[in-house]
Amino acid sequence: MAAHSCSYSALLLIICTATEAAGKTSEQPAVEERSWEATEVEEATLHEAAADKRDTPAPETEAPSPIPQPKDDFQEELVIRPLHSGDIYASFQFRTLWETDFMSGNKVSHYRLFPKSLGQVISKFSVRELHISFTQGYWRTMQWGQPFQPAPPGAELWVWFQDSVTDVDGTWKELTNVLSGIFCASLNFIDSTNTVQPSASFKPLGIGNVTDHRFLRYATLPREIVCTENLTPWKKLLPCGSKAGLTVLLKSEKLFHSSFHSQAVHIRPVCQDWQCKTTSWELRQTLNVVFDLHTSGQGKREWSLFKMFSRTLTEACPLASSSKIYIDITDDPQGELFELSPATPLLSQAMVLGDRRTFSVYDLTQPVTFGTVRSLNLLIRWKSSEGDMLRPLLHAERYVAGYGLQTGEIHTLMYNNHPYRSFPVLLLDTVPWYLRLYIHTLTVTSKGKDNKPSYIHYQPSKDRLRPHLLEMLVQLPPNSVTEVTVEFERALLKWTEYTPDPNHGFYVGSSVISSLVPSIVAMDTNITMDRPLFSSFFPCKEESSFFVRVYTEPLLVNLPTPDFSMPYNVICLTCTVVAVGYGSLYNLLTRSFQIEEPSPGLAKRLANIIRKMRGVPPL
Amino acid sequence: MATTEVERRRGQLASLSIAAVVIIVGVPLWWRTTETYRAWLPVSQINELANLQLQLSADVEVVFARGTVMPEQQKKVPLTKTQDEEHTVDEDTALRYRYETKYRTANIMEEDALNQPSAADADLSLHTLSESSCGSLVVYVIPESSSLLPEDVDVYIGQRRTALLRNGAQMRVGRTIEQLLAHLEPRIRQVLKVMSFSHTDITAALSGRVRLSPGNKESIADSMRAFKSSPGYEITFSLLNPDPKSHRLHWDIEGAVQTYIQPLLTKLSPVANFSIDSQTLYYAMLGVNPRFDSSRNAYTLNSDSLAHVINPVEARLGSNAASSNPVLNFLLYAPDAQHSPLYIQDRQKQKVPSNAFHSPRWGGIMVYNVNSFYGPEAVFPVDINIDMAKVMGVFLAQLRLLLGVQSSNTPPGFLVAPCSSTGLADWELDRLMWSRSVENVATAATTITSLAQLLDQIGNIVINDNIAEQVSSAVTSLQLAVAELEAGNLGFALQYSKEAILASERAFFDPSLLHLLYFPDDQKFAIYIPLFLPMCVPILLSLLKIISDARQRRKERQAKKD
Repeated sequence: MAAHSCSYSALLLIICTATEAAGKTSEQPAVEERSWEATEVEEATLHEAAADKRDTPAPETEAPSPIPQPKDDFQEELVIRPLHSGDIYASFQFRTLWETDFMSGNKVSHYRLFPKSLGQVISKFSVRELHISFTQGYWRTMQWGQPFQPAPPGAELWVWFQDSVTDVDGTWKELTNVLSGIFCASLNFIDSTNTVQPSASFKPLGIGNVTDHRFLRYATLPREIVCTENLTPWKKLLPCGSKAGLTVLLKSEKLFHSSFHSQAVHIRPVCQDWQCKTTSWELRQTLNVVFDLHTSGQGKREWSLFKMFSRTLTEACPLASSSKIYIDITDDPQGELFELSPATPLLSQAMVLGDRRTFSVYDLTQPVTFGTVRSLNLLIRWKSSEGDMLRPLLHAERYVAGYGLQTGEIHTLMYNNHPYRSFPVLLLDTVPWYLRLYIHTLTVTSKGKDNKPSYIHYQPSKDRLRPHLLEMLVQLPPNSVTEVTVEFERALLKWTEYTPDPNHGFYVGSSVISSLVPSIVAMDTNITMDRPLFSSFFPCKEESSFFVRVYTEPLLVNLPTPDFSMPYNVICLTCTVVAVGYGSLYNLLTRSFQIEEPSPGLAKRLANIIRKMRGVPPL
Repeated sequence: MATTEVERRRGQLASLSIAAVVIIVGVPLWWRTTETYRAWLPVSQINELANLQLQLSADVEVVFARGTVMPEQQKKVPLTKTQDEEHTVDEDTALRYRYETKYRTANIMEEDALNQPSAADADLSLHTLSESSCGSLVVYVIPESSSLLPEDVDVYIGQRRTALLRNGAQMRVGRTIEQLLAHLEPRIRQVLKVMSFSHTDITAALSGRVRLSPGNKESIADSMRAFKSSPGYEITFSLLNPDPKSHRLHWDIEGAVQTYIQPLLTKLSPVANFSIDSQTLYYAMLGVNPRFDSSRNAYTLNSDSLAHVINPVEARLGSNAASSNPVLNFLLYAPDAQHSPLYIQDRQKQKVPSNAFHSPRWGGIMVYNVNSFYGPEAVFPVDINIDMAKVMGVFLAQLRLLLGVQSSNTPPGFLVAPCSSTGLADWELDRLMWSRSVENVATAATTITSLAQLLDQIGNIVINDNIAEQVSSAVTSLQLAVAELEAGNLGFALQYSKEAILASERAFFDPSLLHLLYFPDDQKFAIYIPLFLPMCVPILLSLLKIISDARQRRKERQAKKD
């Protein structure tokens, strides 16, 4: 199936046909009027009630029928968190909830707030959950703390299919092609060599009790570059486009001038109410961006909406039922660290990532928020640059060790910074087939001692067919570093399998570490309570812990790279060798040998020539 | 001397045998290992199809009601008559229309039906009497004095496949049956042109294959308006609300589709599959700023600027992610409060009454003014319910135009029955099926012949078995479709032509055809030469030497003989 590309040739075509239209309508108004008349007659005969209604004067027609209650709902939200490094973290979330059922027999085909293209994807491919993210840059956990929505560099896609799907691989292939058309990304490069079925790391985030991982597919493309062409289709999915509400801030010239940019789409079924009798579909579009103190902020510890996005806010999206801005002021309850202007009396507390945080809230649906200038330009000014961030409880890093082009070693370090609690983590590693893992060299050590994983799921690779999949459940002791090492050998690729820039190296996707981290405060387990969007993404099942997913850096590995004119050289060389061997053999076989008089020496020949000239008989 | 002779013979034998090994083993081996796989294609049948000879046959039944023929004439009425009409469209395409006319007199029940008070009732009761098959027609000749038709109407075309034809006044009495038939002949032909295929329709359907002669601008425009034949269509209704701050629009699109659109599509289901969806787009602006017309106190869009209206909207409509069928777009645009009311103006500066326009092969746009629903003191946003009957009337008319259900210009004296509940008369469906079958056959034939030509020209292309299979099935379906058209089985003909077009497109667009398409010959030889040159030169040289030796020896022998 051909991938739908974002071609603009269609537009050109429209221009032509539109010109045609204009000509047409004006040329033959009589024909069209007549045909419209014909259809009106038909209505009158068929639907007398409708016709009667139509006969009444226009202004009264709206009166009798009640306005139907919409079954969908849209919310928008922006969280701004000043970071200790002086950078600033802005996280947008847009949520569309729609009470409908894509999977029942009658086709859903009438869309209001939910985007039509995604709705068609869900119903055509029987998708139960879809999570896709595009990220440029790497989230520095040690400097910035945990993000609200973690994402690995590049593109990540994971999908749970309905259990009615029979050919999951075929559906997955088609789905990735369609998504690559929708998001203008190279998702069509997802094939069996980079797709895995994790057994434990990616559980459904929505409701549903099927956890058979045969219906799960997970793939990452660490090489994917994210830019405006991915942002534009992402913005098009929003009901207000980029015209009103928080979306006016999403201007690509500023968003991509940042240290970290991540945009994502999450679709999942959720409960409508606490009884969970009806389900709705939730589409969550998130965009996270970190602006750098020095490149975007000119080194001044002072941030405003205008400085970050080069726009200010003037209104909420009229379609949104709630539209809010949250500023994280937990580190600064008395206002001695930084000051906010305009000040807001609204404060809100939320449990997020195992911590109780305090936020200043600006409600954009209230006109008072915009003040007398009719425009909101939030300003955060630091008074002092003191204070230190708490180290995040869990973080991880990864690197390749070894020398030469034959073997190497992957090291993954997982840090548990909790002072007294140990907790288990699930480590998921996907390694392409051209790094052949020696799984017998797998060692897990913490505090110098061997730490035996309690669960290992390993699926060896098949050349050119599927990657290595390694999943482990490891207990991390308190205040420790756990190191996982495994050796590998680099395979030789066929010369057509190299990328266009083979000396750049080959990417190995991030490891994924998922864990229930013990929480300092009691977490909120009520999933349907009205909460800020950023705190309700990962469902929380226990009060004492919260869910965290950490991605490590992707690896860049050099493979032995040949000289690419080699095939032709080899052909020429072999042919020459064959030709020389064949030539001498041929010579030997066909040459007739005869004894020849030894030819006279040079002196004698010269003498003969002279004698000939003199007319004397030769010697 | 003898030993050198033996040695020379051995050398010659050796080089001969090496040459033999190279020719007998080496060349076939090289040939076998480097040849591309090319499955067998029915080339001769494809070449036959390149020369398209289509014959369309329509069955016509002419029924004489009481009072139109004399009893003694009745016996002389010929039972059947076949008429052929041949057209040569271009050197590769020829058309032949065959009308098989059957004559009979009305039976008692039909007489009863014809005595109904109105033509519509007669049409209905005639339909219940006999079900005419797809593609056939029944023409009832009624006496001049009949009160079924109004004064100035000669022909009444019903909703099914029947027509009533009033016998001319001069044909009342004293004429022979031959004269009567000769008089009826051209008029029946006229009825056929309206209700069944006409030459203009069919040539328009062939426009993908045959270059139409310029000049007849109108018919070209007509043929350009409708969508190309396709096995399926996606219909998308979009409500454009550029001003959600002021207007909260509600449309009952689900109900409207069920009531107005679905019956038509059910009727059209033999022609193509349809899927319908709808969406609401907010902040969707038109590409042109409407001008304020103070004389009307309204904003106007000129017909000249309509061409630029849809461009910015088009970017947001989105293509259908789940299928690759052509999309028909219907947009309902409710202008924002500042630019209301908005009217479309034609060239003569007149307001277009429906406030809608359409774009060929794209869809239609309707402007729906909502400012009359609220007074000046209204509190924004205002809830507005859209009157779907009004909207769907326009969209239905546009849909009929875009699907190619033309209401062709009827000659004077004809009365066409108003649309039935399905929005489409049986004979209109037949007309559409005739032209769609011909279009499908022509397209599939062109696709298959150009594929065969391409494969013939480029020897590098691998032809896999599945492609050969698709090609053969396309050819078989095409032949069947042509045969069914000849036999007059319209339903089967359309079915086969659809299968042919599907199979031919699948074969033509198969990705495996592209693999070795551009592997140039010079590069291949650059790789072969280092091996072939040093191998072949000594063999050729020694062969030449053997030949020249043999020739010399023969000369010597001849000289010796002399």
